[in-house]
This record gives sequence, structure tokens and C-alpha cells, in this order.
Amino acid sequence: MSNIKNIPSNKSFLNDAGNRSLIFQIVLLAVVVFVGYYLFSNLQANLENRGISTGFSFLNEPAGFPILIHLVSYTESSTYGRAFLVALINTFVISLLGIILATIIGVVMGLARLSKNWLVARLATVYIETMRNIPLLLQMFFWYFAVLAALPVPRNSYEFADFLLNKRGIYSPNPIAQDGFGLVIIGFILSIALAIGVIVWAKKRQTRTGLWFPAYWSSLGIILGVTFLFFAAAGFPLEFDLPQKSRFNVTGGMVLPPEFVAVLVALSTYTGAFIAEIVRAGILSVNWGQTEAARSLGLRDSLTQRLIVLPQALRVIIPPLTSQYLNLAKNSSLGAAIAYPELVAVIMGTTLNQTGQAIETIGLCMLVYGSLSLSISLFMNWYNKKMSLIER
Amino acid sequence: MKSNVCKLLSTAAVAAAISTGAAAGTLDDVKAKGFVQCGVSQGVPGFSNADDKGNWTGIDVDACRAVAAAIFGDAQKVKFTPLSAKERFTALQSGEIDILSRNTTWTYTRDVSLGLDFTATNFYDGQGFMVRKDLGVESAMDLDGATVCTEQGTTTELNMADFFRKHNMSYVPVVVQKADEAVSAYDSGRCDVYTTDKSGLAAHRTKLKNPGNNIILPETISKEPLGPVVRHGDNQWKDLVTWVMYVQVNAEEMGISSENVAKIKAEAKDPGIRRLLGAEGNMGQDLGLNADWAYNVIAEVGNYGEEFERNLGKDTALNLPRAINNLWNNGGIMYAPPVR
Repeated sequence: MSNIKNIPSNKSFLNDAGNRSLIFQIVLLAVVVFVGYYLFSNLQANLENRGISTGFSFLNEPAGFPILIHLVSYTESSTYGRAFLVALINTFVISLLGIILATIIGVVMGLARLSKNWLVARLATVYIETMRNIPLLLQMFFWYFAVLAALPVPRNSYEFADFLLNKRGIYSPNPIAQDGFGLVIIGFILSIALAIGVIVWAKKRQTRTGLWFPAYWSSLGIILGVTFLFFAAAGFPLEFDLPQKSRFNVTGGMVLPPEFVAVLVALSTYTGAFIAEIVRAGILSVNWGQTEAARSLGLRDSLTQRLIVLPQALRVIIPPLTSQYLNLAKNSSLGAAIAYPELVAVIMGTTLNQTGQAIETIGLCMLVYGSLSLSISLFMNWYNKKMSLIER
Repeated sequence: MKSNVCKLLSTAAVAAAISTGAAAGTLDDVKAKGFVQCGVSQGVPGFSNADDKGNWTGIDVDACRAVAAAIFGDAQKVKFTPLSAKERFTALQSGEIDILSRNTTWTYTRDVSLGLDFTATNFYDGQGFMVRKDLGVESAMDLDGATVCTEQGTTTELNMADFFRKHNMSYVPVVVQKADEAVSAYDSGRCDVYTTDKSGLAAHRTKLKNPGNNIILPETISKEPLGPVVRHGDNQWKDLVTWVMYVQVNAEEMGISSENVAKIKAEAKDPGIRRLLGAEGNMGQDLGLNADWAYNVIAEVGNYGEEFERNLGKDTALNLPRAINNLWNNGGIMYAPPVR
């Protein structure tokens, strides 16, 4: 008969579950590292065999090609690195604007589909089902070529006040800051501080006395009013560069090219349709009893929606909404097809072709989309946590 | 799990073996699989274009067919891979295709840094501009301030930028991913100008809503020697593709065409012609081919002149003159080293 003490001594090192799993993990890690190293060195050797130069030094070379839309200064003699920055900003801008617009469209359409008005509800249904079921790339081509076909040539531009509209885009006067514009900026910052003060004061007063004050509307008034006062005091230090028709195009002014408009419209209407369904699902998930309870407490309908239904619906809405945002950011790469100079067009298209650095450029793009998606994800997770039910 | 890892490793090893194998011995690979894999465009009439039945025609297509004729004695043993401008080099580098024959311009950077070798030039081209007649533009120098449409990932993009910079003119670039969409953007009035190689302008003009309303401006702003491209490092394959083209040019010079090649082979006394057509000696040996390879090329595909007229010449929609692409002794610059 053995006693209790003998049992551990019978156990070999390998029989211990903890040790075994550790060994397996080490083996797995070694295999992964080995395979990774093998593939990488194989790639290196093959690239060298074929005389393909590698590395990121091309980013310092002059790019030599033009880019249609650049929000930072860029010329043909700028570097590939600068072109990368321009493309990155274009991708960010279209994603951000797309997300904002898609959310607005989604919320409006989601609510419309729930509307008691038969026509409104049906129209929203038709919109959602059409948009969701046509491939995005087709929609982009549709908007691009539809917009181009519908508008006049520059010579016959539509004109409203100082705005021009034609096949080449929407032209508006370009404001140019004159001396003394700094004062207006100071006024703007001051007014924001004042507005925040009013909101804080209103909230405190409401907790103390229960009296309600229209803080958001009045703060908007403060910001507009105070800024305008400073603007007037500085002697209206703003001049406008007006768009003018020239031989081929319109010169001067600011322009919103049709490529940008088409990509933005396609992205936001397409994703907006998905968001509409998510919003509808979120609102339907809140028990009707909640609304009834709010009403019996005497809350107005708008307050019931804002304070009772929406916060609970958001808990259902946010997770799938996050993945729609991610989709939109990634789908922005389709803009390359209709000449919107975003990351895929500039880096994986032109840069790849001029330099031949396929692995580096594709790696760069993957890195950017990876980090863009992860940042959206992180932000939405934080927001989700903030909105989730806090049990007391 | 272990067996899976083994599988993974062996797959990786096989993949590595295949990819290193592709760097040399392309001819052996091609012979083993029984056809030439040829990278072409997604549709440029006259150069490489597929009809509604999937039959490819064009001068770039014929370049691949001639190589197949040289290897297999059968010009049909070619499979085509349509590639966009930006996919083409990667497809060749990775071994997906054996020849890239897709109106590709021979440039310094491409030749020395992409791991590619340019073979012979089968079309000397140059970049030009196409505009609508109603603009009243007669010279490229009048294009200051114009909006210009072009295809992405080509030498065109850089030439255009250089041209406008050099002449201190402003312009708005609209760079579209694929040629077809660039042309429709131009056709719908997004741009005043469409720019690409002049042969491409002639080809794309045939696809416009109203071809007659568009003119090609006289200026040629660049040199664009176009021709088949192979991977760097496989000299035998490069020699083969190069000499297939040279043989076609020499054949035109000697007056040998697909129609009379059989008769000439049977009757010729000239030792040079007898060697070329495989009636005497074994010229194909050092290329790894049969003695009659050149005969097959000419019999199946024809000489360079036939190839040109069939795809680009007077009787086609493109209606391009031979001009610079004529033989050297006919006012052009097509000049092939002698077959000796």
C-alpha cells in the first residue's frame, strides 16, 4: 500500500498538465517563428535572385506624379512619403465624413421605417432594401457617371450667387483671412469657454432647484454671437476669392470635385441603409413597457425617446454599428476605381507601379487599414462601455 | 497537430521550390506544362483585345503566339491573363505569367530595379493628347488650365506631369484606375483631354460615343518603346523571346511571309535563308528549340509587317500608318540583328 506522500513522486515531469501545456506552447511558438522566418528569408532570397531592390528608401524619392485632391501642400516634386501622407489624409477625411453622414442617414431612415405614416415607412423600406442589395462598387460608378452625365460643361455652369456647379465640381468662394483674423479666433475660443460655463451652470442649477434652462440652444447663440461681435470689431477681416470661368475650367475659389462627392454619397447611402436596420433593431429591442412607464410619469414624447428609449437602444446598437463603421472605412478603398486619390489609388496604384516595391507598398496599406480599423474599434469599445448598463 | 505542422512545412517547402525554380528554366517549365502563359491588357484594340467568344487578337497577343509557335509549332498553345497596368509587373515577378506582353514601355527604372528584362521592341510609340474638336485646341501648348484624364500606374502619369511642368502650364489631373473608366470619364466631359500613348489614343477613340468629334493633337511628348517583358535572370528565355521578334523583322526584310514561307523553304538556295528556316543546320539547338522554329513562327503568325497590318494597319479601325515602325530600309527604325 502506498501512502499519500508517494503519489507526487510517481508523477513524471511530462505527466503534469501545466508542464505539458507549457511545452506545447513553446513548440507551437517555435514552429510559428520558424515558418515565419523561413517564409521571410525565402522571400528575401527570391527578391535578391531576381534583382528586385527592397526597402523603404523610395519614400524619400521625388514622386513626380500629380494628385487631384490634397489637403496639405503637394506638388509633383514632393516625395513619395509626402504622397503617402496626402493619400492617408484623403482616406481619413472620406472615412470620417462618411461615418458622420451614414450615421445621420441611418438614424433618420431607421426611425422612418418605424414611422406610423404608411408612406414614410414604405419609402424607407424601399430605400433600405435597394441600397443594401446592390454592390457598392456599382453604386459608386452609378453616382460618378450619373453626376457627370447630369451636369453641364464648365462653359454652361449652373450659377447661384457666387457658386458654380458643373461637371468639374462644385465651386464656391474661397475665404482668405486678412490681417486681424487672429482676433476672431480668440473670440471663437472665448465664446466656447463661455458656452461650456453656461452648460455647467444650467446643469448645477437644475440639480439644485429642478428648474430647466435651454442650455444647448443658448450656448449655440453665445458662440455665434460672440464670434460675430469679434469679427465685426476686427473690421470683417475676410476676403473672398471668387470662382471664375476660364477657357477650359473654372479658376479660383474652392472646389469639391465630383470624385469626392460620388465616393462620399455612395459610401454614406450604402452604409446608411445598414445602419438604419441596426437602429430599428435597437429601438424595437426596448420593451414597450419602458415607454408606457415614462408616459405615466408624465414625460413628454421627445423626452421619453431621449432619456428612456435611446440610451437603452444604444446598448444594442453600438456593437453592430462598430462593424459598419469599420466596413465603411475599408470600403473607402473602392474610391480608387473612380479616381478618388485615396490610399489604395496613390500607394498601391501609382507608387507601386512607379517604384515596383510591391511588398513594401502593400505592407504600408495593410498597416494603415489595420490601425485605422483598430482605432475605430477601440473608440467604439470605449463608447460602448460608457453607454452600457451600470448596475447599482 | 503535429501532422498538420508537417503538412504546412512541406507545403511551404514545395512553394519555395516552385518559386525558386521559376527564376530560371522558364522554357523547361513552359514545355512541361504545354503552353505559354501570357500577360496581356484588359482590352486595348489592336494590341490585346478579346472578342465576345474569348479569342484574343492584337500585336501583343501575336508576340505571345509567335513564342508558342517557336516552342510547340502551334500558335494556339497560349493562355492569356488579362492584367491591369498596376498588376502587370507583380504578375511577372511572381511567376504567374511567363511573358508580359501588354504595351509596356521600356524605361530605365523598370529595367534595372524591378527584376525584369525588356526584350525586343515591337512597337515604337509616343504619348499624345486627345481633345474634343469643339474646344478649338490645335496644339498641346494651348492646354494651360485643362483637366486631363489618364489611367493609373503608367509612365503616362509621369510624362504628363513633366510636360506641364516643363512648359509652366497648370492642369487638373484625374487619374482613374482602369483605362476603360478613364475613357468614359473623358467621354462624359469630366476632362478636356485624355492622354496616353498615341496608339492607345487611336484604339480608344474607336470606343468613344462619337469618335469623329475627337482629334489627336500633333505633339508627341515622350518616347514609348513597347515590347514583351520577361523575368530578369533567365537568359535563355530572354534570348528566345527576343529572337522570335527579330526573326519576324528579318523575315519581312527578306520578303518571307506566312504565304510564301513553305515554298521558299522548299526552293531556297540562299544558305542564310535555308539556315533560318531549318532546311539546313540546327539553329534552334542553342535556344533549346527545334531546327524549324523560325519556320513555324513565320508560317503560323507571319512576319512583322503582316502582324502590323493585320492588327493596326489600314484595314483596321485603328488605321495607324507604319511610319517609325517601318523597316530601317523603308524609312522606319525597325532593325533586327542578322540571323547568322
